Amino acid sequence: MAKGIKNEVAIIGVGCTTFGELWDKDASDLMVDAFQEALLDAGIEKKDIDAAWFGTCFDEVNVGKSALSLTKTLKLPFVPATRVENFCASGTESFRGACYAVASGACDIALAMGVEKLKDTGYGGLPDFGNLLGSQNRAIFANLTAPGGFAMLATAYFDKYGLSPEEGKRALAHISSKSHHNGTLSPKAHLKSEVSIEKIMNAPIIAWPLGLFDCCGVSDGAACAIVCRADKAKNFRKDPVYVKGLQIAVTSGEEMGHQKWDGTHVMPTYRAGCAAFKEAGITNPREEISMMEVHDCFSITELSTYEDLQISPRGKAVHDIEAGFFDLDGQIPCQTDGGLKCFGHPIGASGLRMIYEEYKQLQGKAGERQLENPRIGLTHNLGGFPCMSVVSVALFGNTL
Amino acid sequence: MVGITSYGAYIPWYRMNRAIIFEQLGWFNPANASVARGEKAVANYDEDGITMAVAAALDCLGKESREAVGGLYLASTSLPFAQRQNAVIVSQGLDLPSAVRTADFGGSTRAGTSALLSALDAAEGGVTMVCASENRLAKPGSSQEHTYGDGAAAFLTGHENILAQFKGSFSVSTDFIDFRRTQEEKFCHGWEERWIRDEGYSRIISEAVAGLLDRYNLKISDFAKIILACPVAGAMKGLIRAIGATPEQMQDTMMAQVGDTGAALPLMMLAAALEEAKAGDKILVVSYGSGSDALWFEVTDKIQSAQKTSRKGVSGHLTERNDLSVYGKYLVFRNLIPLEVGIRGEEVSPTAMSALGRDGTAISALVGSRCRACGTPQYPKQRICVNPDCGAVDNMEDYRFSDKVGTLAAYTGDNLAFSWDPPQIYGLVDFEDGGRILLDLTDCSLDSVKVKMPVTMSFRRKYADPQRGYYGYFWKAVPVK
Repeated sequence: MAKGIKNEVAIIGVGCTTFGELWDKDASDLMVDAFQEALLDAGIEKKDIDAAWFGTCFDEVNVGKSALSLTKTLKLPFVPATRVENFCASGTESFRGACYAVASGACDIALAMGVEKLKDTGYGGLPDFGNLLGSQNRAIFANLTAPGGFAMLATAYFDKYGLSPEEGKRALAHISSKSHHNGTLSPKAHLKSEVSIEKIMNAPIIAWPLGLFDCCGVSDGAACAIVCRADKAKNFRKDPVYVKGLQIAVTSGEEMGHQKWDGTHVMPTYRAGCAAFKEAGITNPREEISMMEVHDCFSITELSTYEDLQISPRGKAVHDIEAGFFDLDGQIPCQTDGGLKCFGHPIGASGLRMIYEEYKQLQGKAGERQLENPRIGLTHNLGGFPCMSVVSVALFGNTL
Repeated sequence: MVGITSYGAYIPWYRMNRAIIFEQLGWFNPANASVARGEKAVANYDEDGITMAVAAALDCLGKESREAVGGLYLASTSLPFAQRQNAVIVSQGLDLPSAVRTADFGGSTRAGTSALLSALDAAEGGVTMVCASENRLAKPGSSQEHTYGDGAAAFLTGHENILAQFKGSFSVSTDFIDFRRTQEEKFCHGWEERWIRDEGYSRIISEAVAGLLDRYNLKISDFAKIILACPVAGAMKGLIRAIGATPEQMQDTMMAQVGDTGAALPLMMLAAALEEAKAGDKILVVSYGSGSDALWFEVTDKIQSAQKTSRKGVSGHLTERNDLSVYGKYLVFRNLIPLEVGIRGEEVSPTAMSALGRDGTAISALVGSRCRACGTPQYPKQRICVNPDCGAVDNMEDYRFSDKVGTLAAYTGDNLAFSWDPPQIYGLVDFEDGGRILLDLTDCSLDSVKVKMPVTMSFRRKYADPQRGYYGYFWKAVPVK
């Protein structure tokens, strides 16, 4: 296996806007806000940036195609810039471009920016998929939405592990309730209110068995990161954050085409996790990881991710959830900033928002929600549906 | 010797008590009290004349060879397309060979028997599938809104393995303008009902029956079963008297359970009669519309084995029913009121006709591929085997999923997706002989759906694109009842 990029790349600056229904800001405003914060954080000037990667998903409804809207908005002076798109994992995809550029030696400093202006689509939830999955899929694909695609994970999981809808929904409600609590400690989060398990369980159903509070916020926002070669990071700041592993796994289609997959988990999450742990030299994730920001687009996604990342054994996540293992004061706090659930989910920005939180935590700058001495943080960014997905898993540390 | 070699039928799952219609609009037209009895079969929102014809044809085909079918005729007055042949959509849905003769028969409720006669006339030459299917729109508040019902029947005709021998026919054609509709119109115009009853049904059907008896030197008492496609109860009573039949000879019109299925009515009644017929029975079939066709058959001893096969037929479909108790739902299913469908209902992305053409039967007949190396069936067709342990390249053969049974590996009922009948239920279907497809479900309620539940495939209208004049058809999963 290739040696990977462990300890080759460091993050020296990050920026993230407040997420939410930002009726008075457009995508350009959000990019400028996130970028200025990151420049200030890194202590560099715009001219120091050698290359840029730009992650956004619904191009037709916000920024258009290509990286033009990034370079024109930020007035980046004729640098190589590339737009990337990998559904909801687009943010981490842009980060990967920047990291690989720096690790290869092609440039010294690179920018990764993600943005989405979902609230100009006119939809509650994500826009309709239309031909997004290709024109043949228009004719043959089930009339699926994001919550429905993930809800199938729940019906299959409940069936396999013998959970009644009540038992299953209670565990899922614990996940959402925990994230709502964390959101109250997160000033830039979209949703900042405590919600009880009972209220979550009794909320209107969006896609059976998922109710309103099993679904993440639909938000506007931008987040970005500035990376440089790890050996030069201390020239910019005393507390850089190092990339320990960065892997993306994209399905071959076997989940939908072959009966081997049981529908209760996300195969690329498992595969990307294995690859990232190997790259980072982590052999026991449950013991070695300090905290996680996972792609909790829906509560059931978070549950299955615990198992796919080998934190909880298969079928046993419910036990860990109910024991508070992933709560803010648990062994591996998860979604410390509220996650997609409460911080919000502007598609292209989410992967970078997760990195923003891990960076702040590893620097001890996470305010009221700061964890005690975290060493290794994990982000998990998922695009698509459980039955066909793009998943990235990244690992970060605060020492070389 | 030529005749019918197989039969099948389809009646949609939804049944509406006619009192529900009368409750809503009886205040406007109190005379409808006389027809506000019994129930009628109502096509689901994703059904039409084409989809019901496919369902009846599949019921008729059973294990019969599709390769042997040389023609498909589709009769109806309510087919979705004015141009783009409806029959060929049915034929392709059934995965019949492309070297097949197809034609639409329409314009009159007599079209069902006209199609059957055309097939029988050609039966020495080979096997023809005849479908009659009806899904007629009636104006809210009209008596037809009460009497019209939806359903379909299908027959195979040929010269081998005949279960009902075709003995002869007599046709009357007359421009009797009881109901009329131009190309531009959605609803029919009718003349006075008493005139239609007396001068239409009563006089014209009697004339056709008399003509047939005379031509073949028969007596009405020769027939074990008499099928008069006369949905008007008042006319029927007089007709039985006029032709000299006894009530025991008369085949039920199913007006109390299904309703007036127009061009499909005589053929659905014939299918029901064959389900109970005995060898040697003579059956008279008389249609109505712009005249009348009278046909007679003699049942052979092949009927016994045919009755033992697993088709649902009319009797099977009559027992599978679900109440449609909300009148508003009926109006929505038939697109009779503008509904606030929201942004998800308004957005329809264009369909690439060239892609459909290229895909051939992949979409229309749910034909995927099976890997010759490892045997894995897969959908849609792949050039590189999806089995991670195989990966063979360009070693596939066509594989039809539409006649396979599957079970649900996962499902949901989605309230966010736009559906004419929310929640939109869909799930991952694992086929018993391998292969997996994510499919919409229909004809079921969410609380009845469970993981591992068995499902069969049903040809349905998947989406409508009114702006571009297009209906997209595909297969959905229906829980085994």
